[in-house]
Amino acid sequence: MVDFGFSSYKSRFIDLDKVDTKLPTELFKEDEILRACIGCGGCSGACTAAQFTNFNFRLLHTLIRRGEYKEAKQEAEKCMLCGKCYMTCPRGINTRKIIQGIKRIF
Amino acid sequence: MSIYSNWSSYQKEIAEDKFYYARSCIRQNFFPGSEKAFLNILSKNLGKDILDDPLHTSCSGIAYHADILPFETTMTMVARQFAMMTEAGYENFVSSCITSFGIYSEVLETWHHFPEKEAQIREMLYKATKREFKIPQNVAHTSDIIFKFREGIREKGVNKLVNIHTGEPLKGVEHIGCHYAKVFPSKGIGGSEFPYVLAGMIEAWGGTVVDYPERRHCCGFGFRNYLVKANRGYSVSNTKRKLESMAPFQPDFILANCPGCSMFIDKWQYTLKQMDGVVYGQKAIPVLTYEELAGLVLGYDPWELGMQMHEVDVEPLLDKMGIKYDSSKKYEGVNGKKIGQPQRWEGCGKL
Repeated sequence: MVDFGFSSYKSRFIDLDKVDTKLPTELFKEDEILRACIGCGGCSGACTAAQFTNFNFRLLHTLIRRGEYKEAKQEAEKCMLCGKCYMTCPRGINTRKIIQGIKRIF
Repeated sequence: MSIYSNWSSYQKEIAEDKFYYARSCIRQNFFPGSEKAFLNILSKNLGKDILDDPLHTSCSGIAYHADILPFETTMTMVARQFAMMTEAGYENFVSSCITSFGIYSEVLETWHHFPEKEAQIREMLYKATKREFKIPQNVAHTSDIIFKFREGIREKGVNKLVNIHTGEPLKGVEHIGCHYAKVFPSKGIGGSEFPYVLAGMIEAWGGTVVDYPERRHCCGFGFRNYLVKANRGYSVSNTKRKLESMAPFQPDFILANCPGCSMFIDKWQYTLKQMDGVVYGQKAIPVLTYEELAGLVLGYDPWELGMQMHEVDVEPLLDKMGIKYDSSKKYEGVNGKKIGQPQRWEGCGKL
């Protein structure tokens, strides 16, 4: 393969008909207020791990919404459970509980 | 309320005769045969009066869209083009480039809403060149002109967009340049929702149009996307998305009316093969300009149309249409001088 100094992007196409939608319902039981997330990114801004890796809670939430559970579980392993995101969240989402739920359910 | 009430309101007025021709910077370099073919088709096949004025310049659209020139400079350049047209005694302006077409439309729209801006530009042009100009009666893109005379081309044509081996109509993908109708929808045939300028040609000449999911997606060229090397991944990914979407429909050719689209959809197929190892279609999908397609229908020699300049070989399409060609003359320029040969690559039929 030739290196042109740039590359094509991987497709982000998701077939939602093939996604098991029951799994997020289980996750929402951990903290129903997750449904009210406004995607402000405060959690990502406060994240300790995000300073050194590409991990952040908003990405995790997006992966769950898109049905990319395997990737979400891999991402969740990067969390140090410090809880800064929980303190920052304007909706008071218990993000730490959600991350532990991701590790258990998916 | 929408300005469109029925199909007739999606049409645009296109002049009948006496055109002042403005060339395209990209096409002069990558598709020089197309511009020459357009002039020949209009003057020789259709008997129209068209002036190819050597005094005109670039519209400066590339610099404008790359944020290098301020709009005032571009407007003055456009004013000079109109001055050249006025001095030559013409009133119908035809642009070979989609971006230029967008630029001319944008400048005229600006002057319509801000007459003081037009007065300022007239003054700037006079100070710089002592020239004055009239606003064109009609501004059209060259694809509009070919579309208008498509039936005449069909009547004079010797070839059809029909597979001679199966008798089936050839499947064409039409790709409209963004600056044709997405900037000013009312300036394009069919608006931005139902652009018909290229589809009309394919249907008139015997082919069928492929309707695929990413039909209206941009090719990804975008001046800043391509000029900055770091952004080219975005550019090539847009074309990749289109090619992935159209490939299952097995199109015989792609028809584009924008210089950038024609160039990139053609050349990115080579890049994607080398970069990702993917070939779309059996041996890649040939990309044609509308003049090339009109020229093939009218019986022009493919090499006279400049089709040897393509990255993807057009021979499979020529074979399907039953067009005879001399392979030994493919890379011979005028006077029989060799023009050089592109690198051979898999999936293109060159190996």
